[in-house]
Amino acid sequence: MFEGWDAVVFARAQFAFTMSFHIVFPSFSIGLASYLAVLEALWLWTGREVFINLFNYWLKIFAIAFGMGVVSGIVMSYQFGTNWSVFADKTGPVLGPLMAYEVMTAFFLEAGFLGVMLFGLNRVGPRLHFLATLMVATGTLISAFWILSANSWMQTPTGYAVNAAGQFIAADWVKLIFNPSFPYRLVHMVLAAYLTTAFVVGAVGAFHLLRDPHQAGARVMFSMAMWMATIVAPIQILAGDQHGLNTLEHQPVKIMAMEGHFESHKDGAPLYVFGWPNQAAGKLEYAVGIPKLGSLILKHSPDAPMAGLDTVPRENWPPVFIPFWSFRIMVGMGLLMAGLGFLSLLMRFRGRLYDSRLLHIFAVAMAPSGFIAVLAGWITTEVGRQPFTVYGLLRTADSVSPLAAPAVASSLIAFAIVYFTVFAAGVVYILRLMADPPHPGEAGPAHEVPARAAGITPAAGAVTGAIR
Amino acid sequence: MSIAIDLAIVWAFIIAFAVFVYIVMDGFDLGLGILFPLFPKKEDRDVIMNSVAPVWDGNETWLVLGGGGMMAAFPLAYAVLMPALYTPMIVMLLGLVFRGVAFEFRWRTTRERNKWDFAFAGGSLLATLAQGIALGAILQGIHVNGRSYAGGWWDWLTPFSLLTGAALVIGYALLGATWLVMKTEGELRDRAYGLSWALLFAMLGAIGAVSIATPFLHVQYTQRWFAWPNIVFTAPLPIAVAAVTVLLLRSLAKKYDYQPFFLTLTLFALSYAGLGISMYPYIVPQSITIWQAAAPENSQIFMLVGVSILIPLILAYTAWAYYVFRGKVQAGHGYH
Ligand code: HDD
Ligand code: HEM
Ligand code: HEM
Repeated sequence: MFEGWDAVVFARAQFAFTMSFHIVFPSFSIGLASYLAVLEALWLWTGREVFINLFNYWLKIFAIAFGMGVVSGIVMSYQFGTNWSVFADKTGPVLGPLMAYEVMTAFFLEAGFLGVMLFGLNRVGPRLHFLATLMVATGTLISAFWILSANSWMQTPTGYAVNAAGQFIAADWVKLIFNPSFPYRLVHMVLAAYLTTAFVVGAVGAFHLLRDPHQAGARVMFSMAMWMATIVAPIQILAGDQHGLNTLEHQPVKIMAMEGHFESHKDGAPLYVFGWPNQAAGKLEYAVGIPKLGSLILKHSPDAPMAGLDTVPRENWPPVFIPFWSFRIMVGMGLLMAGLGFLSLLMRFRGRLYDSRLLHIFAVAMAPSGFIAVLAGWITTEVGRQPFTVYGLLRTADSVSPLAAPAVASSLIAFAIVYFTVFAAGVVYILRLMADPPHPGEAGPAHEVPARAAGITPAAGAVTGAIR
Repeated sequence: MSIAIDLAIVWAFIIAFAVFVYIVMDGFDLGLGILFPLFPKKEDRDVIMNSVAPVWDGNETWLVLGGGGMMAAFPLAYAVLMPALYTPMIVMLLGLVFRGVAFEFRWRTTRERNKWDFAFAGGSLLATLAQGIALGAILQGIHVNGRSYAGGWWDWLTPFSLLTGAALVIGYALLGATWLVMKTEGELRDRAYGLSWALLFAMLGAIGAVSIATPFLHVQYTQRWFAWPNIVFTAPLPIAVAAVTVLLLRSLAKKYDYQPFFLTLTLFALSYAGLGISMYPYIVPQSITIWQAAAPENSQIFMLVGVSILIPLILAYTAWAYYVFRGKVQAGHGYH
């Protein structure tokens, strides 16, 4: 069935598959951890019960999402060795330390304080508990710092040398860590995580407002999420634009693929809105473009010349179709997000934030937008880097483990079956929790009789000793 | 040059330490999963789960440090061992997925509850078995050519690796049982005592079987243990194992709370030291030494700075987390 498929193809498919699953959970839990810290701070500061209710409500969801992030992440860290052993041998001296620092500064911090954050409010009191929440939130951000530094180095390697054994070694750690694309990628990804969470929180709030516009918890979370959308979505578009300019400087071929520029344009390149990239023929079919806008955005001058893929040897072309479309999906999501943010601001000024059905339906529909944009963004980045794992230096085909195709194929199938069943169950449990609105006296992730754990606790008194 | 040699040894100890902490922490954690089928009552299972729920993630993070640290400090060894252990590694990862999600999932459903209990038990058993088999596969030697693995994807499967796999399952189960002795009360604790007895004898058998089989794998191991004058240094180890065993039997007989668990850990530490004696100075037995696999000096120094500051800090707040959730876990009283 798989004739002509070699271990490289399976290993790539496996990496893409497991990574796509992994990234979904961190992008949600990075944002949610910060949101929980904000909720708890507001509760400690104002003493208003609605904040602790919201905290406990989202804490239960966080616990599930975080657990799935952890187990899918452990798979990632071992995959470098199992499937990409040549890559691991060659880049280990530079990427290994970055990931080791991630483990020591981020993963342990999250894991060490997670238990207290989830189950410890009664044991350590509100202040220490808040500290634990802060540590977990900080840990998720530090984690993003290191892993994005590692990934960015693979995109825009600097500060390295090559030793006799053919390994990359560090020449300058500062240059290596703060490589050219890292600041852009870090900002863009952290904002992406915040937006992802905001649109989920906003959708859950809107969903419950549609049923009952007077629920305190739903109102608060919807309003908070919409502020996020209003302010951060436009910033994200600006950050994305800057990210693109940086990519043009360091990975021009990737931009050619994202823009569908097979041909060079001597006096001003168009911005293609639509088209059907034909890799074999080397042209963009059915192209619909706005003349000169491409040069205007990327070079800030409508007539600036732009080179196309025809200036690049074919063996160095990335597959154009995927980044071309994934990029448009991401940008589309970004524009929709900014649109929802703007609409919510309008309704807010008209005093209709909590009873505009149109707004609420729009917000519910946008629930998955962050996940879609994050996945599309990563696919653009990673596929656009092909055919290299370390851009311009190490080819994907030369990175793979010396394994027989059947070995990699069977593990890919095993991962597919396990991930789809296990993570689908997790998503169902999360959705089930979301279907219930936050209650007064919402219980935390209490690990006892299931009736309580399902969150149906009688009101009052049940703010389980939290208010002292 | 002399600095490079020292660094490689330092890092060998650091990685060995991380792996050992992993065995200590996740060992009892996985052991609880292995014992799960023996505690069919729902209340018992809730208590067992609650005794580790606040700390399991931290326990597993040591595995990430062991693997990630190895890629950083000994990239060549990581690049050779992982493909060689391909199947056991994948099985371990999948097992960890099942058991890891079970911690939360099992509270989120009433209907399918037993499904996630089954996932917890099965995942723990698979992950342990895979780890033990991987250990055996490393000990028996790995086919290397140049800088890469040169064997097939079933080379790991031998009677010896199956023996080490079974041995680790027994060992983790014993850790789990003695953990329960320490953390629970009443009938549950009594059952844990009974299991500890049985598992201790099984574990002694397993240690004996592996110790007898290992020297036959390779002459290096035989010489390491039995040649004069090495035997002067290696002999105390079996003697210490015997002494700890006596203490452990006594503590079980006297029904102590804490001693059985910590003495079992000592037993693990001694067996682990034995492994170190067999392997040193190879990181891939018989083919790659720690010096050959070592990352360049500046990578090892860069990380050493972090390790010396961060590991003590990590140990401190991990200890705090255990302290917060200290004492016996009671039925019906989850942490909330
Ligand atoms: C909520 C998520 C989200 C949203 C709304 C956007 N992006 Fe994005 N984008 C990401 C989430 C993301 C990401 C997941 O964070 C990526 C993948 C890798 C990375 O560094 O960031 C990314 C990559 C990425 C890249 C690839 C950089 C490279 O590797 O060369 C570019 C050029 C942009 N983005 C530009 C934009 C623009 C112009 C947007 C405006 C509408 C936009 N993004 C919206
Ligand atoms: C987080 C979200 C990410 C997603 C969704 C993602 C997605 C992908 C995809 C789709 C591929 C396959 C490309 C192709 O076959 O054409 C790939 C490959 C790869 N990515 Fe990523 N990636 C992500 C992050 C990372 C990070 C953080 C790293 C490293 C630190 C990384 C390293 C690699 C490597 C080594 C490969 C294999 C070689 C290759 O095919 O490029 N990726 N990834
Ligand atoms: C190849 C790339 C990656 C590897 C090897 C990797 C590895 C891991 C590992 C091992 C864990 C579990 C940690 C634990 O035991 O507690 C984890 C969790 C996590 N990862 Fe990744 N990861 C990768 C990509 C990413 C990316 C791109 C991000 C985000 C920008 C990210 C953010 C996180 C966060 C925040 C967690 C904590 C768990 C959670 O929030 O769900 N990781 N990752």
